[in-house]
Amino acid sequence: MTTAIPRAKVRPADRIFSGSTLFAGVLILVALAAVALFLIVQSIPALVADPAELEGSPTSFWAYVAPLAFGTVWAAALALLFAFPLSIGIALFISHYAPRRIAQGLGYIIDLLAAVPSVVFGLWGIKVLAPFLTPFYDWLVSNFGWFPLFAPPVSGTGRTVLTVAVVLAVMIIPIITALSREIFLQTPRLHEEAALALGATRLEMIQIAVLPFGRAGIISAAMLGLGRALGETMVVAMVLSPAVVISFVLTSSTNPSTIAGNIALKFPDAYGVGVNALVATGLILFIITLVINSIARFIVNRRKAFSGAN
Amino acid sequence: MNSTRLGRAAVIAMAGTILLSSCATNEAGSTPSESDTGSELTGTMVGAGSSAVGAAQETWIAEYQTANDGVTINYDPSGSGAGRETFLAGGSDFAGTDRAFNDEEVAAGGFAACAPDSGIVQLPLYVSPIAVIFSLDGIGSLDLDPATIAGIFAGKITSWDAPEIAALNEGVELPSTSITPVHRSDDSGTTENFTDYLGAAAPDVWTYEADGVWPIESGEAAQGTSGVVDAVTNGTGTIGYADASRAGDLGTVAVQVGDKFVEYSPEAAAAIVDASPFIKGRPDFDLSIELDRTSDAEGVYPIVLVAYLVGCETYLDSDQGALAKDYFTYMASPEGQAIAATDAGSAPISDALFEKVTAAIDIMS
Repeated sequence: MTTAIPRAKVRPADRIFSGSTLFAGVLILVALAAVALFLIVQSIPALVADPAELEGSPTSFWAYVAPLAFGTVWAAALALLFAFPLSIGIALFISHYAPRRIAQGLGYIIDLLAAVPSVVFGLWGIKVLAPFLTPFYDWLVSNFGWFPLFAPPVSGTGRTVLTVAVVLAVMIIPIITALSREIFLQTPRLHEEAALALGATRLEMIQIAVLPFGRAGIISAAMLGLGRALGETMVVAMVLSPAVVISFVLTSSTNPSTIAGNIALKFPDAYGVGVNALVATGLILFIITLVINSIARFIVNRRKAFSGAN
Repeated sequence: MNSTRLGRAAVIAMAGTILLSSCATNEAGSTPSESDTGSELTGTMVGAGSSAVGAAQETWIAEYQTANDGVTINYDPSGSGAGRETFLAGGSDFAGTDRAFNDEEVAAGGFAACAPDSGIVQLPLYVSPIAVIFSLDGIGSLDLDPATIAGIFAGKITSWDAPEIAALNEGVELPSTSITPVHRSDDSGTTENFTDYLGAAAPDVWTYEADGVWPIESGEAAQGTSGVVDAVTNGTGTIGYADASRAGDLGTVAVQVGDKFVEYSPEAAAAIVDASPFIKGRPDFDLSIELDRTSDAEGVYPIVLVAYLVGCETYLDSDQGALAKDYFTYMASPEGQAIAATDAGSAPISDALFEKVTAAIDIMS
């Protein structure tokens, strides 16, 4: 008898399956490369063009894109600020507090929220949320106008960056919630029981067992949500009252526009080098998203060693 | 740039093919009786350009195709700039544009759809008043002069009870609400014509060039005509400008012309076109108008959008020429103008202009 372990016979099904996964993996890379190539090639005319030909005659392409890039990051960051704590709360409620039946129902409803098209959120933002928030903004500006974020004059229609951020937050809550919920449910039962056995309350158990275990996953979930907020187009185009400014004021009618929203507004009537300039801003958005994702990946990797998982 | 042009042409061609097949089958089935009365013309024509003309084109095309079974016309509302570029490159048979081709462009020539040496005809067939709309409880109309309108939109007059407004509206109880001016956030011919008016009629207050993109950082911005109308309706103390057909129940501004205040109306909008001279140095059939926004003629409303339909004097392809001539004749006809007025809210051109337009169309071939 030979001691060598006989190798499993490779069947056609195995070959076809491994081949098709390889194909899928390569295809997504090719698609990404094609998008990047398109963005770069189409951007070049705008990057080398005389800045005076660009919309609003800025001093350089960078002066043209800076307010847009700022607005994109600003609106998305605000949305994440609102959505993140709320999502973690909802996810913990579903995974550790709610009775099973309620948890399931709530889970479905949250998932449903993710399926609402963004144009519907946009309409809701214009027709319901903005008029609803207007008196609140009035109050905020007249009482806290000294605070730089609420500097007067107040917007008369409520279509401010704060309103947009709230709508965006509602849109990314389901993404962050669904992912963190799954992660919290993965916490090893033994960790949780050990914590409880040591006399921890439920809050302490979550602090020492659930959250450390899920930290990397929570960050990934937040980054996915942020990605959605960065690229959201329709809501921004419909709700925001944009201007070409870099401003942190939350309640005014001159708000920095976002890259995606600006493309949606300006593309229909753009021609010549204007089209290239818009594509170039798209390239900048591509780079911003890439950088933010890399930072997230870096944080996730660095924290992995300290998580409770090992 | 070349690839963009080719791309656009390809898209138009593709859309044209799709529309061609669908329309042809529809009409053969639905209006068999009209095939006897319709003309003998057959073929496909492609137009592109101003989205302001889009609604009128939809109506014209639907009516025209019903009357002419064999003809398919397709209009791509890709924007005025793109429309001029497409026409110049030969990607379309006619263009719709918020401004006529200017002297340099006409002199440079090279219109690919036209026969060599052929000039172009530019006809102001779509005239539409732009209303200045506002939302103030209980006030349906205000009298304002150009300088005050410009001051409001430039953010220099910030309260509804400002002395400038009060002086023009004695007897109207003005609230002390602050003014929120609303402008378009997208690139639009409406904005271009409105800023052109402000610059011409109130040069001291409005020192910016006419542009399709709002030139200054003041006030609120909203997407599209419906966005502006929405923002003005939902806000308090808001004022904006929009295609007059969309003004609805909102308050509107009567604009000072000479020493009278004129509300917008189709007749008043058509009147400003008649009161304005044609651009000098152009051939007789190039009816480009130098809009006289400061005219003080009786009964003119100076805030209008005039869009031109541009075709060739002589087309490279004579079949195409016959088709274009017939379609232009229809658009200029009283029926064509009336139906655009009903469906798109434009102002029918006057009889005087109609005669000139007809003379220009006559030379098309």
